Amino acid sequence: MEKTLSFKTKFFLTIFFILAIFLLLLTANNKASDYLILILNLMAINIIFAVSLTFINGITGIFSLGHVGFIAIGAYVSSILTLSPAQKEISFLIKPLIYPLNVIQIPFLPAIIIAGLVAAAFGYLVAAPSLRLIGDYLAIATLGLGEVVRVIANNTWSITNGALGLKSIPQYSNLWWTWGFALITVVFISSLVKSSYGRALKAIREDPVAAKSMGINVFSHQVVTFVIGSFFAGVGGALWAHLITTIDPKSFMFQKTFEILIMVVIGGLGSISGAIIGASLYTVGLEFLRVLEEPISIGPIYIPGIPGMRMVVLSLILIIIMLFWRRGIMGRNEITWDGIYKLITKLKNKSSMREDE
Amino acid sequence: MTIQMFFQHLANAISLGSIYALIAIGYTMVYGILNLINFAHGDIFTFSMYFAFYAVTLFLFPWWAAFIFAIVLTTLLGATIERVAYRPLRKANAPKISGLITAIGVSFFLQNFAIVVFGGRAKSFNPQLGVYPTQFAQVLTFGDVRIPLLTFIIIGASILALLVLVWIVYRTKAGMAMRAVSKDVTAAKLMGINTDRTISQTFMLGSALAAVGGILWAMKYPQIYPYTGMIPGLKAFIAAVVGGIGSIPGAMLGGFILGVAEIMIVAFLPALAGYRDAIAYIILIIILLVKPNGLLGVEIGEKV
Repeated sequence: MEKTLSFKTKFFLTIFFILAIFLLLLTANNKASDYLILILNLMAINIIFAVSLTFINGITGIFSLGHVGFIAIGAYVSSILTLSPAQKEISFLIKPLIYPLNVIQIPFLPAIIIAGLVAAAFGYLVAAPSLRLIGDYLAIATLGLGEVVRVIANNTWSITNGALGLKSIPQYSNLWWTWGFALITVVFISSLVKSSYGRALKAIREDPVAAKSMGINVFSHQVVTFVIGSFFAGVGGALWAHLITTIDPKSFMFQKTFEILIMVVIGGLGSISGAIIGASLYTVGLEFLRVLEEPISIGPIYIPGIPGMRMVVLSLILIIIMLFWRRGIMGRNEITWDGIYKLITKLKNKSSMREDE
Repeated sequence: MTIQMFFQHLANAISLGSIYALIAIGYTMVYGILNLINFAHGDIFTFSMYFAFYAVTLFLFPWWAAFIFAIVLTTLLGATIERVAYRPLRKANAPKISGLITAIGVSFFLQNFAIVVFGGRAKSFNPQLGVYPTQFAQVLTFGDVRIPLLTFIIIGASILALLVLVWIVYRTKAGMAMRAVSKDVTAAKLMGINTDRTISQTFMLGSALAAVGGILWAMKYPQIYPYTGMIPGLKAFIAAVVGGIGSIPGAMLGGFILGVAEIMIVAFLPALAGYRDAIAYIILIIILLVKPNGLLGVEIGEKV
């Protein structure tokens, strides 16, 4: 039998790990440049997006391509709730914002929660009809739903300000908010995945028909997954809107779902730690790839900056991963304390064996 | 609404529907043979427009030669995509979801490649540039109904392309192989059909139809930018699903339903004009709820 760590050790290790992240964030908050802080914020928000999408796509096997729709709902709801009445009057040029929204202004935390809840409610509404579809049909129907959200946002001038979008959204998101919610998302979803409920979800992913014959209510499990995933997408959307401070329907094109899907696939579809790694690598990598779009001069050779090159490289990476490394970084495995412990002992044994020789 | 206006809208609806049908057939053929949503199909459609545009403006081809050139190049593009991105996955017996993600990646790649190579700014496909004869823009009068000649050209060219397709699929050996592969890949292989070649030919045929659709679309809506194909591509895919994916008559029917519904709903209820892009999705969801396999689709039982 393999030696594993006791519950107590794992608990303390987790506490230490969270403290370490806390200290890192504290240092970053005080010392780092605005640019670095922005990237760290984006990283946390992308983790929320990727983990919630992998919960739907990777764990439960519902291939949903409508994630951006829920992000958009969350972003709009919290922005409208937190903008001041005076700012709303200035922004809504073509049609004024409808009553009671035009006089309401609430603090950030309730706005985030409401944003998540509204996204979850929408998730519930669309889950029932669309989850009757399977596989590719579901993918295309959810893709359509995401687009429908965007089209509605583009046309309901008296609520979303149409194509003009919302500006001067207060910049409430900081490292504490984004990483706090990222932590909540990861802890909540990973404990859900570990529970018997999560095992039922994985059974559905592997074979819905077999799961059904084992007495699992496939449909209701899928609906709950969809609703939870939408909730966190909505929360992430709210944090995102309050980070970039201006949103319009164009910010929520189908490509956004693409990007989140890339993060999930890089990390390994079906792994929470994979989603976290994927989201982090994607966010940082995207910044490094900026080099490709800047003018480069190597000696006498001058290459002007090529806009769009970044995305070309990124999509090539996605295709190459799919062709040669389909399981991504983590596959369906998770990083656990036991796993790390096992790895360390293995390395130790190897080095001591070498000393013996 | 007067009867004249109705006919004007109807002509417009049929021409839009026939373009959707052309693209939808490409989707449906690839899906029928590979069980793969070729997300890149809409971008292949975009590339055909660029090929035609540059053939005229850069290489100074006459418009008809440019169109043939664009169709040939697009066909090759389709074959290349199949060869480079989809065949290795097929060889590795990859799960279906990898195919879908790869297709999304290819679509993402083509869009961004178009931005890098052709630039993000829209190109104008107007007859003044010589990309198609100015006579096409003239308006024919039938009593009180005034319909542009272009509408008839689009409908005629689509019918011609469809007839050629039907001839290939139902009257040639390659077409017979395609139908066999779409029924059962393993059995087709056992019967001595070169399945790789057949799948490649299907891609080429689908891409050629997308190219015809793309050129007609560019004449109708003379603006080309890297994302042009995205929305019509998605709608055409929806048309294929509505008609019952895998079925060529279904794709045609779906294309026409979508084209007519879109134009007519906007014509009768102008208040909904802004929601035009959402109509297709709503039709899709309603139809799938009533008939989960589409209008002309075959029932596929759940595998246990």
